[in-house]
Amino acid sequence: MVAAPAVAEAAGVTKRYGSTVALREAAIRIDQGQTHALVGRNGAGKSTLVSVLTGLQAPDEGTITFGGEPAPRLTDRDAWRQRVACVYQKSTIIPELTVAENLFLNRHDHGRSGLISWKTVRTKARELLDAWSVDVDVRLPAGELDVEQRQFVEIARALSFGARFIILDEPTAQLDAAAIARLFGRITELQRQGVTFLYISHHLEEIYEICDTVTVFRDARHVLTAAVGELPRAELVAAMTGEVATETGDTRRVPDANAAPVLEMTGASLPGAYEDVTLRVRAGEIVGLAGAASSGRVEIAETIAGLRAATTGSVEIAGTRPRPGSVPAALRAGVGFVPQDRHHQGYVAQMSIADNGTLTIPDRLGPAGFIDGRRRDGFARDMIGKLAIKTPGPELPVSGLSGGNQQKVVMARALANDPALLVLINPTAGVDVRSKEFLLAKVEEIAESGAGVLIASDELDDLRLCDRVLVVFQGAVVAEIPRGWHDHRLVAAMEGVDLDD
Amino acid sequence: MTDTTAAVNRKIAFARLRDLALIPAIIVIAVVGQLVSPVFLRGDNLINVLQTMSEIAILVLAQTLVLIVKKMDLSLESTVGLAPGVAAWLTVPVGAGHGLGLLPGGWSVPITLAVGVLIGVVNALFIIRFGLNGFIVTLGMLIVLRGILTGISGGQTFFRLPESMLYLGTTQWLGMPASVWLCLTLFAAGIVLLGFTSFGRSLYAIGGNVDAAKAAGIRTGRVLWIVIVTASLLAALSGLLLSGRLASVASAQGNGYIFTVFAAAVIGGISLNGGKGTMFGAFTGILLLFLIQNVLTLAGVPAQWIGALNGTIILIALALSRVTGGKAQE
Repeated sequence: MVAAPAVAEAAGVTKRYGSTVALREAAIRIDQGQTHALVGRNGAGKSTLVSVLTGLQAPDEGTITFGGEPAPRLTDRDAWRQRVACVYQKSTIIPELTVAENLFLNRHDHGRSGLISWKTVRTKARELLDAWSVDVDVRLPAGELDVEQRQFVEIARALSFGARFIILDEPTAQLDAAAIARLFGRITELQRQGVTFLYISHHLEEIYEICDTVTVFRDARHVLTAAVGELPRAELVAAMTGEVATETGDTRRVPDANAAPVLEMTGASLPGAYEDVTLRVRAGEIVGLAGAASSGRVEIAETIAGLRAATTGSVEIAGTRPRPGSVPAALRAGVGFVPQDRHHQGYVAQMSIADNGTLTIPDRLGPAGFIDGRRRDGFARDMIGKLAIKTPGPELPVSGLSGGNQQKVVMARALANDPALLVLINPTAGVDVRSKEFLLAKVEEIAESGAGVLIASDELDDLRLCDRVLVVFQGAVVAEIPRGWHDHRLVAAMEGVDLDD
Repeated sequence: MTDTTAAVNRKIAFARLRDLALIPAIIVIAVVGQLVSPVFLRGDNLINVLQTMSEIAILVLAQTLVLIVKKMDLSLESTVGLAPGVAAWLTVPVGAGHGLGLLPGGWSVPITLAVGVLIGVVNALFIIRFGLNGFIVTLGMLIVLRGILTGISGGQTFFRLPESMLYLGTTQWLGMPASVWLCLTLFAAGIVLLGFTSFGRSLYAIGGNVDAAKAAGIRTGRVLWIVIVTASLLAALSGLLLSGRLASVASAQGNGYIFTVFAAAVIGGISLNGGKGTMFGAFTGILLLFLIQNVLTLAGVPAQWIGALNGTIILIALALSRVTGGKAQE
């Protein structure tokens, strides 16, 4: 145990940005061949630790060592790359360039003439990907790859520099269940070949599945490091939040089976996405729409919200039939909508919380298209209070908020017009544990108050609070599972496997 | 499995063909031109087209480099006037030529190029060192530089330029104007630079994803400096060719060029969002615009209407490249 030095070790690391302390005497030790989880809520200091460990920033105090030797100078990028690599949530692939060029960027092979020999670059790229069994055509523009392929290419690139210590930052955030399984298979395989991982994730289930050791950070400090097997989930959550976790759910009343339906989708089809979908949501009911990333569940939800129009069939919301494919019509009919990707469709990053939160209700802000700033800020303060958004005031741009609080703003916008039907797509993606619990509790509260809720997600925690879950597989609703299911049953249904046989 | 391989191959083939997207259009124009007037495909007419476009083509080359790194340089068109303008001001003798006559004529070419470099350094200082928005900085520079030229010339035109300034714009090498040789050589060098050198590829990396480029060890600041200064230097060279050909420097020299330059670059497949497009594409873009203009002139379209038609052609070409490119232009 004492013999081998740690692959990477940080000791007594402190990092300040102005007056805020991002890391306070933090320490972590990652041993050879481990898959080491790093967890913590947003702002716990994880990203700062990663940038210190990858040599993007120097710590103000403390030391970093790799294999017992002190870390290279910050300017010596090549030396850093031979020791450690990070696959970020935000891709470091250049979409316009080919896969081969991305792999050998700034270290192209030059022919005798001194010019780049594209043939050699392609051959070497192919050899590299073959060596790590990544099945991607190296001539493709990298922008054509899906998230999963891009991650594998980035991992292969990291390995090609000689690094055998790889940091994965939220690798599963944008993957569906099947792709996650493949990623885990790949991690296990690489681990066997001597690669060490530091695995950062919000998903505690994944940590129990794939990691050996877990380190928890909270408020810029190291809280605990323990073997995953010896740490019960409740204790892990408690370490992250600093308080004892409370179990939610189960106490909710059963929705009234005779309540009026707020959503009726009848025989709707959209070629290439889904076919003959019929579903109903009653007032006060929470219905889950589960399915893998390409199952069609997102398209169904977007159709209801008016982002898409079904070619056949109808959508009826609270007794009216809004014009298909029109978001304003859906809003008027009483739909509140949290879109799939908050960065793309959820908010305008430079605009303030107040402006973002009231985007859907311009007519309530003042007469004849004018906006009464005070009334708008009133609405916004109300939202900030109701959704516990952590901000100094409604005028702060949304880009200045943490992921969890950004999602709360998107939720606030969806709730602004007091919807009869709330449609949520992946409402807790990339959100920290506490915000997630808060958002889900809010959803239950809204349902209690008489609105219908449809949650389209592949996240089991989102679906747990649903009264029933409809499973979408290859564009069709294949199963309806009542509340109280087991994880494996739902996952199997989402993957198109029937466990009953 | 074979299905997906075919799809992949199609994507790859398509990515390569995008480069040649304008070739069919150029062929169509050649056929139409020949039908309109038998003069069109004659060697001297084509050389004439190449010569009239050579100065602006060099600007397209310069702008292409800048656009690929996701910057913009509007001030290039003013540099085309100011760089040779300063040289003429200092070297043309006092009198009818409106100069000061402070320096002998031999200094004119080095001065022109030095002014180009200086303007590039100022641009780079604002954009890279101080992190200001390139569009606004170079818009400001465009106005300032034009104003300086009007100031030193008193709004007049410099005549009686020294011999060395006239040389590149007037000489023939092997039966073709030197400016045509120069322009074609520069584009050939540009194609090699962007396609086959690490420096050239780093431009794409920076324009595509600057953080990724930094992470790959590319010294992004230095590359951007080189690109911006080189673009200004090329604009000064373009100005030198133009003044040589016209044997004068008007205070409005280069005025309005930048619109044609942008249009040619975008038609040629250069993305205003950086990281995309090739030097060959840019060349076909400017070539297409000038061939169409030539055909219109040969067809006897009145000169007053050329402007309106030019604008229309640019819009049509953009619409066509949207159709053939398949993707929305961001």
